Amino acid sequence: MIELLPGRERQVLRKNVEAGASEILCNKASLAGSVSQRACVFCGSRVVLYPIADALHLVHGPIGCAAYTWDIRGALSSGPQLHRNSFSTDLQELDVIYGGEKKLEASLLELIAIHNPKAAFVYSTCIVGLIGDDVDAVCRRVAEKTGIPVLPVNSEGFKGTKRDGYRAACEALYRLVGAGDIRGIGPYSINILGDFNLAGETWIIRDYFRRIGIEVVACITGDARISDIARAHGAKLNLVQCSGSMIHLARMLQRDHGAPFKRVSFFGIEDMAAALYDTARFFEDPVLLNRAQDLVRSEIDAIHPDVRRYREKLSGKKAAVYVGGAFKAFSLIRALRLIGMQTAVVGSQTGDQEDYRQLQEISDPGTIIVDDSNPLELARFCLEKNVDLFIGGVKERPIAYKLGIGFCDHNHERKEPLAGFIGMVNFAREVYGTVASPVWKLTPRHSGMRDEETVL
Amino acid sequence: MSGIETPNIVTRNACKLCTPLGACLAFRGVEGCIPFLHGSQGCATYIRRYLISHFREPIDVASSNFHEQSAVFGGSTGFRDGIRNVIRQYRPKLIGAATTCLAETIGEDMPRLLLDYRKSQESYVPIVHVSTASYRGTHIDGFHDAVRALVEQLGTGGVGNDRVNLFPGMVSAADLRHLKEILEDFHLSSTLLPDYSETMDGEIWEQPEKLQPGGTPLADIAMTGRSCATIEFGRTLEFRSTAGQALAEKFNISRHVLGLPIGMRETDRFFALLTTLSGRPTPQKHQRQRGRLLDSYVDGHKYVFEKRAIVYGEEDLVIGLTAFLCEIGVVPVLCASGGHSRHFADSLRQAVQDLPDQTLVIEDCDFGRIAELAPDLKPDFLLGASKGYALARKLEVPLLRVGFPIHDRIGGQRIHHLSYKGAQELYDRIVNALLERKQNQSAVGYSYL
Repeated sequence: MIELLPGRERQVLRKNVEAGASEILCNKASLAGSVSQRACVFCGSRVVLYPIADALHLVHGPIGCAAYTWDIRGALSSGPQLHRNSFSTDLQELDVIYGGEKKLEASLLELIAIHNPKAAFVYSTCIVGLIGDDVDAVCRRVAEKTGIPVLPVNSEGFKGTKRDGYRAACEALYRLVGAGDIRGIGPYSINILGDFNLAGETWIIRDYFRRIGIEVVACITGDARISDIARAHGAKLNLVQCSGSMIHLARMLQRDHGAPFKRVSFFGIEDMAAALYDTARFFEDPVLLNRAQDLVRSEIDAIHPDVRRYREKLSGKKAAVYVGGAFKAFSLIRALRLIGMQTAVVGSQTGDQEDYRQLQEISDPGTIIVDDSNPLELARFCLEKNVDLFIGGVKERPIAYKLGIGFCDHNHERKEPLAGFIGMVNFAREVYGTVASPVWKLTPRHSGMRDEETVL
Repeated sequence: MSGIETPNIVTRNACKLCTPLGACLAFRGVEGCIPFLHGSQGCATYIRRYLISHFREPIDVASSNFHEQSAVFGGSTGFRDGIRNVIRQYRPKLIGAATTCLAETIGEDMPRLLLDYRKSQESYVPIVHVSTASYRGTHIDGFHDAVRALVEQLGTGGVGNDRVNLFPGMVSAADLRHLKEILEDFHLSSTLLPDYSETMDGEIWEQPEKLQPGGTPLADIAMTGRSCATIEFGRTLEFRSTAGQALAEKFNISRHVLGLPIGMRETDRFFALLTTLSGRPTPQKHQRQRGRLLDSYVDGHKYVFEKRAIVYGEEDLVIGLTAFLCEIGVVPVLCASGGHSRHFADSLRQAVQDLPDQTLVIEDCDFGRIAELAPDLKPDFLLGASKGYALARKLEVPLLRVGFPIHDRIGGQRIHHLSYKGAQELYDRIVNALLERKQNQSAVGYSYL
């Protein structure tokens, strides 16, 4: 089919197959013209900050960046819905020539007057730096006039990768931390960083911790409020879910407020249980650990029959996994194993050296591991490994479907909660619902499996 | 009727997308063409995701992947490497290069980059370039400009022929297929540009495809310079530079600008022109379709009469839809577009002589403004893309999904809007949506209406 582009050879490896090649090349800019599945710095910032429901999110730039991120995600709010709007300064040619500062200031004042938000985030897009707008100064002025925090997000699209966008978002968030009153926060208290309440996942996780007796001060940014974030420094421990997006914030919280952090995942039974146990153990109170054990036991008991049923149906099937952050891939490999499936292809947009080392460790021999892949490569890998399922985002969906392969959306657009114990059942159902569909029997790739009577 | 403008400074929930998106879609309507954006990686990825969500089809868009040095020293290296990699991977017949706002703002010298490419490349694949700064116009401008760039840069003169160029604008894949059928029924040889009827509504694959098959052949684009006439859909195109205008100026090809043939009257105008160009009467098949359409207009007229509609989308789409609504007795209470041709209201008035005085016509409009006006306008339904869903839900009225994008239903690419066939589909859907609403709201719940 295709050969790898020169310069990409070392970004792909087959575990235990290629002699010597155990180090993957990663964390580098995409090759021009490679049709990377990655987005940009702006995307990274927008993804992280989007769920903050009582903040104003204003995209400073021409219309595209705001339009493409309008109400596409499954990040739910239990209260305000302001985040689901798309506000843009919609820069025009004259703004580009004469500068967009006045328009930005007027836009902020207009929106703040109408919506009365608790804070405002101003996202810089590609051209903002080039036309010389002093976004920081505008934000300062508007903050003074309105009395709310107005935070510039340095997310010019070309200034790095999506990871830099995460970092810019963390920087903006951190400016809010410390402003809130932390009196009354108990000794067993945590923040959850990097859960975005897709389809209500934050609520599921919060409920687990509530039942164990652990207080969640702030979830950043799933169903988040500015006032929660302002109190985040009061929590005794930070749980960092989702690869890299929030690690920077966790480090700043540790540096300035002394709260350590743990990397966790809420996907799959094993990782969810480990997250609860690790957190309970951290507080060194056996009561917490007992409660966690009871909770895990009762949750697993509740879902066990369903999971077993799906496992019987799915056993021996093969999957390809291509996700944004590699950390989620670990959980997915384990979750797939639980339902009897093997991961034959695994890759991520933004994994780092350590992520890929761990991926190799938990992968089966022969697994294709890939960094910053593209549609043609992914199609090739899927066919080479003859997979039955592709787990990815909307951009990967047509690759799978056109080849006659099932697909499970595990990206931010999804509307199914896949985290927590109940999420494991939902995940298994999603996978089963696509892999077991009879439509594949009609597709060219499976024509050999056609029923006699359907052959004309 | 008034042509008010939105008083707000900020754009709230835009009723438009950026120019490169339109260019990407137009380029993907050319056989073997891959769109290539000169700018940040994110633009290509966002646009892909947006198009995939509507068409549910693969669309690969390459990027020169600007980084910090590119913004300072220019993106020539990224452009050169990007083009080379795209050729290596895709073996395209054509590369459709569009410049993003970033490349435009730093003043990339595209003619020089293209010249360098032509001098240096070993495997020469033609590149068509279009300038699509997103701070100038909307997606529909990017679309039309890409079509113009294609004929300007690939159209060749020579001995004339009896072919007709049809540049339909941004219509659905099903519309494109139907237009081809109509031209065939008139026995007209034609170049339909762009034609993403197969590339963006393809079959399941027997073999992996790098670029989905279909699209306007390059040879047909070359012949646009020798055709006997050009038809362009979109009444506001009268006032802008288009592919048809470029061909008229360069090759003296007669240009006919029509409204999008939505509804009976606008479609009659299209068929009248085809009759003139082909010397044939409207084929029986279409006459019958027209007859059935009119018959259904009569059957359903009471259900739609004086119902109130909010219509939004690209200016020319809204003009076509409004012409259709007015001829069946629906009152368009608001015609809104994120486009900003400055000719929306005039062109609409020209298409719909009997446009009610109360109709608000707003260009450069966003959903924020539409949502503010909507409650007082008391619409019975909304007609437009899926982005109006939140408003329809709030107002508790049906949303009839047409145009682009349709992100919350399957089959957006298979909706017919054009010709008698499209009007029939729209009409049945509108009437049935109104009947369903009435049925649902009734305490009795009749099953016989």
